[in-house]
Amino acid sequence: MNSGREVIDGRLTVEGFSVAARAFADKWKTHNQSLPPWSWVPLINRTLLLSNQQEEGYLSLENILILSSLEESTEDESLNVATECSEKEEPVDHTILNQENEAHYYDFHIVYSASYKVPVLYFRGYCSGGQPLSLDVIKKDLPSCSVSLLLQSKWTFITQEEHPYLNRPWFKLHPCGTEDWIKLLSQSSISAGCQMPVELYLVSWFSVVGQVVGLRIPLEMLN
Amino acid sequence: MANEAVKYVWEGAIPLQIHLHKSDVASHPSPPPALVLAPRIGYLPLLIPHIKPYFKDSLPPGEDSIWFDYKGVPLKWYIPTGVLFDLLCAEPERPWNLTVHFRGYPSNILIPCEGEDSVKWNFVNSLKEAQYIINGNCKNVMNMSQSDQEDLWTSVMNGDLDAYTKLSPKLKMATIEDEFSRKASLSSPQSRQGATEMDVAGQIKTARVPVRLYVRSINQDFENIEDVPGIDTWDDISYLNRPVEFLREEGKCFTLRNAIESLLPEFIGDRAQTSGEERSRDDDNTEEADGLLREMGEIKLARIQGIEMKLEIPFSWVVNNLMNPEFYLHISVLVKAPQR
Repeated sequence: MNSGREVIDGRLTVEGFSVAARAFADKWKTHNQSLPPWSWVPLINRTLLLSNQQEEGYLSLENILILSSLEESTEDESLNVATECSEKEEPVDHTILNQENEAHYYDFHIVYSASYKVPVLYFRGYCSGGQPLSLDVIKKDLPSCSVSLLLQSKWTFITQEEHPYLNRPWFKLHPCGTEDWIKLLSQSSISAGCQMPVELYLVSWFSVVGQVVGLRIPLEMLN
Repeated sequence: MANEAVKYVWEGAIPLQIHLHKSDVASHPSPPPALVLAPRIGYLPLLIPHIKPYFKDSLPPGEDSIWFDYKGVPLKWYIPTGVLFDLLCAEPERPWNLTVHFRGYPSNILIPCEGEDSVKWNFVNSLKEAQYIINGNCKNVMNMSQSDQEDLWTSVMNGDLDAYTKLSPKLKMATIEDEFSRKASLSSPQSRQGATEMDVAGQIKTARVPVRLYVRSINQDFENIEDVPGIDTWDDISYLNRPVEFLREEGKCFTLRNAIESLLPEFIGDRAQTSGEERSRDDDNTEEADGLLREMGEIKLARIQGIEMKLEIPFSWVVNNLMNPEFYLHISVLVKAPQR
């Protein structure tokens, strides 16, 4: 039994993260074609950041054009193809109008925390001119149900911190408590007779975390 | 239980000579620099109440947003002052010449700082993270009363080791046993548990130690340390915030070198987890060994609390004696990059 691959106590090893990340990116590409794919950014390019024989890195989804926050059902989300395209070639379908009626772009990085042994979501928003968006503006872009979640819950907690590798300020969704609700998610698969395989870790994690920032994943990804 | 080394750490200070940036000078003549003694374990924004009086008559009207730079590089305010100095000055500069700005905060590069509150938040957050690494959870920090947390922070801000020593046991931070402190701990009234997991036989112990490693890499050897060029941006530094995990084995000493190499495996010949000193002499084939040496990088210098460390020192001693008050060990390293 390869102990590095299991999800232990709701937490991941660094090798487990690499495996889970690639599985997540693959499933996303297959099932979530309305959004661009995640890419894996290896740390090997950054001078000395290397560890073991495994390639370390993080997942990146950038230049997402978000034009709103509405509580609508999923049907509405497929409307409003942006007339301004992002740099990606495929038209971005996941667009909705924001309060200021201007284009807001978002970058999302899923980074492994070696301290807490869980993934952490970093994100930032900016206008088409590149000016960063403040948290107040970003909150207006988030689904309104998640804003109230943020205000009430003690685990969805957004702070502005430096990106662990890019020397720039980003926003971070706090990892405290991650392993607890991952364990809850795992338990349903335990009772079904199997441990949560590491390949599904990020899918499960993102099914919760993504909702806070308005990125939903299709249910098929959870299979 | 404050021992000599811990006192040394808390008393460490850097003389600063702080110049007001010329774009902020609205008076004539421009003010002379301020001279401030900065605690190594402190943070630059905490010095502002001491600095501002020097310059307030020279400032243009408007709101302040204060930041510092060293040779044009904006300084990250949440890194302890002593670490910034050890990292950015290859050859220690005394006094250390910094520039203070009261306008034009580079918010695309530096996270915002709202004075003491931001620094305190950063400290408590680091403390939680360190506790999570050492104890496996951060409930002791979370459960600490508001006033105890305040007092702990105040003791750090004021450099009051006595007050800190009275409060820190409330954190119930597990400690790493080392031979040198074991005798002291036996007579200590506090109960000490090892930050360890033991197997059934009680022989093998693993520990997780909070470390922040700051790496400056150079491509060639330099005769003198003062010839090492300064950095232009923070991208010239590799920062690693990750715990050192090690097995404590009977009869083997896990050294500072082992610790650094576990975070930077490019700097060891092979990837096996054995003691550094023995490995480099193990190679039978000298040609192979030479080739390996050329490819390997080299740790030129490791500084902790301003001390140039001998890499063979037992890591547990280093941690127990030289860590910062938030229980992180900050290590500044100068390495020669491996030749590819």
